[in-house]
Amino acid sequence: MQTLDLQAVGLRELNQKLQSQKDSVEHQRWQVVNAKGSHAIAVGLDAPIEVTVEGSTGYYCGGMNQKATVTINGYAGPGVAENMMSGSVIVEGDASQYAGATGNGGTLVIKGNASSRCGISMKGINIVVHGNVGHMSAFMAQSGNLVVCGDAGEALGDSIYEARLFVRGSVQSLGADCIEKEMKEEHLQLLKQLLEQAQSDAKPEEFKRYGSARKLYNFNIDNAY
Amino acid sequence: MSDGKTQGPPRTEAIQSSTFSSSINAEIRRAAATGIYDIRGGGAKRKVPHFDDLLFLGASISRYPLEGYREKCDTSVKLGTRYAKNPIELDIPITIAGMSFGALSGPAKEALGRGATLAGTSTTTGDGGMTAEERGHSNKLVYQYLPSRYGMNPDDLRKADAIEVVVGQGAKPGGGGMLLGQKISDRVAGMRNLPKGIDQRSACRHPDWTGPDDLEIKILELREITGWRVPIYIKVGGSRPYFDTTLAVKAGADVVVLDGMQGGTAATQDVFIEHVGLPILACIREAVRALQDMGLHREVQLVVSGGVRTGADVAKCMALGADAVAIGTAALIALGDNDPRWEDEYQKLGTTAGAYDDWHEGQDPAGITTQDPDLMARFDPIEGGRRLNNYLKVMTLEAQTIARACGKNHVHNLEPEDLCALTLEASAMAKIPLAGTDWYMGQSGPGRE
Ligand SMILES: Cc1cc2nc3c(=O)[nH]c(=O)nc-3n(C[C@H](O)[C@H](O)[C@H](O)COP(=O)(O)O)c2cc1C
Repeated sequence: MQTLDLQAVGLRELNQKLQSQKDSVEHQRWQVVNAKGSHAIAVGLDAPIEVTVEGSTGYYCGGMNQKATVTINGYAGPGVAENMMSGSVIVEGDASQYAGATGNGGTLVIKGNASSRCGISMKGINIVVHGNVGHMSAFMAQSGNLVVCGDAGEALGDSIYEARLFVRGSVQSLGADCIEKEMKEEHLQLLKQLLEQAQSDAKPEEFKRYGSARKLYNFNIDNAY
Repeated sequence: MSDGKTQGPPRTEAIQSSTFSSSINAEIRRAAATGIYDIRGGGAKRKVPHFDDLLFLGASISRYPLEGYREKCDTSVKLGTRYAKNPIELDIPITIAGMSFGALSGPAKEALGRGATLAGTSTTTGDGGMTAEERGHSNKLVYQYLPSRYGMNPDDLRKADAIEVVVGQGAKPGGGGMLLGQKISDRVAGMRNLPKGIDQRSACRHPDWTGPDDLEIKILELREITGWRVPIYIKVGGSRPYFDTTLAVKAGADVVVLDGMQGGTAATQDVFIEHVGLPILACIREAVRALQDMGLHREVQLVVSGGVRTGADVAKCMALGADAVAIGTAALIALGDNDPRWEDEYQKLGTTAGAYDDWHEGQDPAGITTQDPDLMARFDPIEGGRRLNNYLKVMTLEAQTIARACGKNHVHNLEPEDLCALTLEASAMAKIPLAGTDWYMGQSGPGRE
């Protein structure tokens, strides 16, 4: 394990170190200390390394991640794991707005709660939130899976496309074109796998599934003439 | 009446209403029949004060011209000198604006890359991501970072020569984009992670930042991912150019791209195109004033667009203080868009060459704004690239001709003092004296600024 003190080395050097790790690295494990809520920590990583950030992070920690596993031993600021491609980001505490925004792949696990717009515009990422998510989560969500073990706030899945949403608790309201859908065996299997991966002991049977009614997919033109 | 057949008193002439014009009435009928607003491509078609309302004074006894063909008149420009390790160096101050793959065909994007590269300038991706043909054929490629984030990924980001964070577009400041189902081929759908054939709405706001303070952090992230190598542009639609420029610079932009209301779009509501935003003429001096107030004019470069068509337009933008221009519509016309050679087919689509703007329907006879394989096959990207290069060269020669006539050995040395305005409106908007006077409206004291 190598330790990087963010306050001592500075953001540029820290990211440069982590970004320069190749697929066949010797030192697979990195620890970042003195994060102190700094922004853009461990962004643009592209190797299967394990990075643990001690303390809370500011905006966009783990942004655009590829292959790496980034664990935040604290709270995560806005846009954690935004546009992640692969790998995983694990937040031990709560996460702020836009967690996992536009993510294309990989897994984001939030052990606490996530704020508003969790999974906004998601494009293939899997997100598992142990707690609750705030309003407008999965707005315009395109694909991937959002699993909420607690409750969901207002306007869940507004203008959703093909993403799948699973919520165990209550949903304050569904957004435009988002409806409850039948939970089929394939969904229970998928859910089981996602929950296991995220170390949640929730049972797949306790969840409801939501998705697109697909009524907004094409402009509704009155063809009476 | 002399034949005695006409009966009754003379009738009043049939007078059409200016308010309820035939085109307004046709639109009311269309809306009543379909229940949907009109969506189209292109820019504002209404007449607004524009570069045509400005003239150059030229040199005479009080100014000394440069010899028209031989004397040096530089056109090179460096974009992104503020923070980027590798600023973009261009031979000419005319860049190709961002136009999405999806709106345009793959070969059309390739032609833009080829033409721009031959001419020594940059081209820009668009909503929908970076295509291999575009990257492959563009020596300098600017990668747009848009609210939709369609196709956004760190590998392409690292391949870019610059990143353009798109906050807005002149055709629709405050609005998002749309790409209707007709144009969503397998390839376009795949790049956007969406099903084929559905209407794709691009959000009007970025999903993971809101105000200028957030934007500053977003830019930090993009710089950290790309190692501070490439310039970061911020593109805004013309609406409050002084404040938008100030905030873009505060957020850390290396380059501000400012797009006026005439600017083209792939597909937007007509009401938006015609009724929202400022003409570019009204934007440039305000943006320059913002840069000057921060002491950053020429250090943060200003790229302007929206109805740039000729070398005269380019020279006028330079004289008003811009560092470069971007062209969208003009580049498409150079490639062959709306060419009268396809008139028969335009007629079949219920339109005419020059007026065709239903780009979102994907039936472009010229094979440019389409994803239809048969139509696309009509367009030759090599010939398209050659034509674009020729056109860029002509514009450059024209701008140089004017600059030399004004005694300038670099197009950037053109200045407001070289211009006069033909109309009160243009004079007020561009802060250029009305022709034959030394006065413009809104100026506080006598004499020039
Ligand atoms: C077909 C087409 C597609 C466009 N797509 C985009 C886009 O994806 N992103 C963007 O920022 N601007 C887009 N624009 C706007 C151009 O980048 C540019 O602002 C505008 O075309 C400049 O005005 P002009 O057309 O009068 O030259 C598009 C314009 C056209 C004509």
